[in-house]
Amino acid sequence: MDHAIEARGLVKRYKGVTALDGVDLTVPAGTVLGLLGPNGAGKTTIVRVLSTLLRPDGGSARVTGVDVLTRPAAVRRRIGLSGQYAAVDEYLTGYENLDMIGRLYHLGARRSRARARELLAAFRLEDAADRPTRTYSGGMRRRLDLAGALVADPPVIFLDEPTTGLDPRGRTEMWDVIQTLVAGGTTLLLTTQYLEEADVLADEIVVIDQGRIIAQGTADSLKRQVGGERLELTVADAAVLAGVTEVLTPLGVGRPAVDDGRRSFVMPVSGGPEVLAEALRLLGERQVRLEDVGLRRPTLDDVFLALTGRATERDGRPDDGGAR
Amino acid sequence: MRVPDVLADAAVVAKRNIIKIKRVPDLLVFTTLSPIMFVLLFSYVFGGAIDREGGGAAYREFLIAGIFAQTVIFGATVTGAALAEDLKKGILDRFRSLPMAPSAVLTGRTFSDVVNNVIVLVVMGLTGLVVGWRIRSSWLDALAGVGLLLVFAYAISWIMAWIGMLVPSPEVVNNASFVVIFPLTFVANTFVPLDTLPGPLQTFAEWNPVSSVTQAARELFGNIPPGTPAPTAWPLQHPEVYTLLWSAVILLVFVPLANAQYRVSTSR
Ligand SMILES: Nc1ncnc2c1ncn2[C@@H]1O[C@H](COP(=O)(O)OP(=O)(O)OP(=O)(O)O)[C@@H](O)[C@H]1O
Ligand SMILES: [Mg+2]
Repeated sequence: MDHAIEARGLVKRYKGVTALDGVDLTVPAGTVLGLLGPNGAGKTTIVRVLSTLLRPDGGSARVTGVDVLTRPAAVRRRIGLSGQYAAVDEYLTGYENLDMIGRLYHLGARRSRARARELLAAFRLEDAADRPTRTYSGGMRRRLDLAGALVADPPVIFLDEPTTGLDPRGRTEMWDVIQTLVAGGTTLLLTTQYLEEADVLADEIVVIDQGRIIAQGTADSLKRQVGGERLELTVADAAVLAGVTEVLTPLGVGRPAVDDGRRSFVMPVSGGPEVLAEALRLLGERQVRLEDVGLRRPTLDDVFLALTGRATERDGRPDDGGAR
Repeated sequence: MRVPDVLADAAVVAKRNIIKIKRVPDLLVFTTLSPIMFVLLFSYVFGGAIDREGGGAAYREFLIAGIFAQTVIFGATVTGAALAEDLKKGILDRFRSLPMAPSAVLTGRTFSDVVNNVIVLVVMGLTGLVVGWRIRSSWLDALAGVGLLLVFAYAISWIMAWIGMLVPSPEVVNNASFVVIFPLTFVANTFVPLDTLPGPLQTFAEWNPVSSVTQAARELFGNIPPGTPAPTAWPLQHPEVYTLLWSAVILLVFVPLANAQYRVSTSR
């Protein structure tokens, strides 16, 4: 089967920084790939290379089987892009922006106009359609930019942080739009800072850091890599934490983490609700006052932190990318 | 990509820029008010001071073609500044991800600046008529004069397009181009007859294409007073040919240069 997106060994260096350090990606047609990574990981660089905006220093890539480096014009006919920063013309109205994009996709005047109105309606921008986008809020501009990526109904769409700057309603709406697209067979590569978003939308998640892929798989398989569920509780008085640790540790499958400042106790467990019930019984016997207690499955946040902890640590230090 | 497609794409980009003339107050002022101001200031301030035979009226008529030339050439800086502005904003990323002809971004910009210059010339022409300027040749000749001004300004706008792609900000583009355009438009026959210039400046002015385009427009408008001695320098004896030659050479050099710089500046 032909893959919608295929990249091999992508390398991109800037002076002193290796933005991409050998990235391989495969996205089967009709699926969604979520690219996750901390700031500066190389997400935007990947999107720019795949959408023909940037030439890599090494490696190769194909989109719908067409080589990105040798036939960029043909690739552009098959893709839609919404970059990290909204690329709309601030003096044109929303309608004029979309109409212009339609014409530059060579859809013809009639289809461009119809498509512009259609998308403005789909993205709740009808009322603002005939106002210059300078007067739009950040979220409206973002939605218009996304609409721009859909004008020609391309088979492959790249969205770089599509919901950054959207309010919760805007975000769920965006998810709906994306899910509709995917149901229609569109292949999607999206980058995001929201792990929940990758969890909801992506079939496959790729975690990158410092220009390298550090983990890859479905949301579930990534969660499994980080481990099972955890018992978490917060006590009213930090003084009892030592006693709590003593009685609960035998229930766990790993060492507990205790934080006096936050009065919290976190411990990997297995056995689900029964462990929770047993823990509550033991604490009840001792009359420990609890503020909060629960059993938590690992979220992608845990995955993210576990995998890129080094990267967050690195923050604030001078970038050492060039030394590698 | 076929030529008609490139032109169609350029027309779409040009339309976008023209819409902006209406919506950006700065541009509107630049396009309409400053030409009026130029005509009035130059006619009355200089017109009164540098009085040639027959009072201020004759000099005003002499000046008009020079003001036209200077203004449309200055108008070309809009090309560079607007492109530098686009480069700063994300819109070029949008264009570059679309299956349009890459050259349409610059071509569209230079097209819309021709439209801009047409508006400027109409406004200045009307103002000129109010202060006493008259076309003393045929309408056809006058149109040819306007055409020549537009062609020359079009060529200059490709130089500005190149500068706009080269230089990091619209402000720098403006300053950089003013440094070049001021001497070019003043050391010429735009505002004073060449025989008033000292030796070396006079030679420079004679070969300056700004002089030839001004001379051509002046002749074609019928604004050379009878009895004016014929020019001695070749460029001014054949101002149309000399202007077209310069325009062609500028286009041949700067269209490829600007497009190459566009590719470099947008892909980093
Ligand atoms: N034009 C450039 N010149 C120099 N370095 C660059 C350039 N563009 C990107 N980089 C560097 O390349 C690395 C990857 O950047 P990229 O924009 O791809 O990160 P990202 O994952 O999209 O980050 P974010 O989440 O902040 O958007 C960073 O270290 C960045 O500083
Ligand atoms: Mg980014």
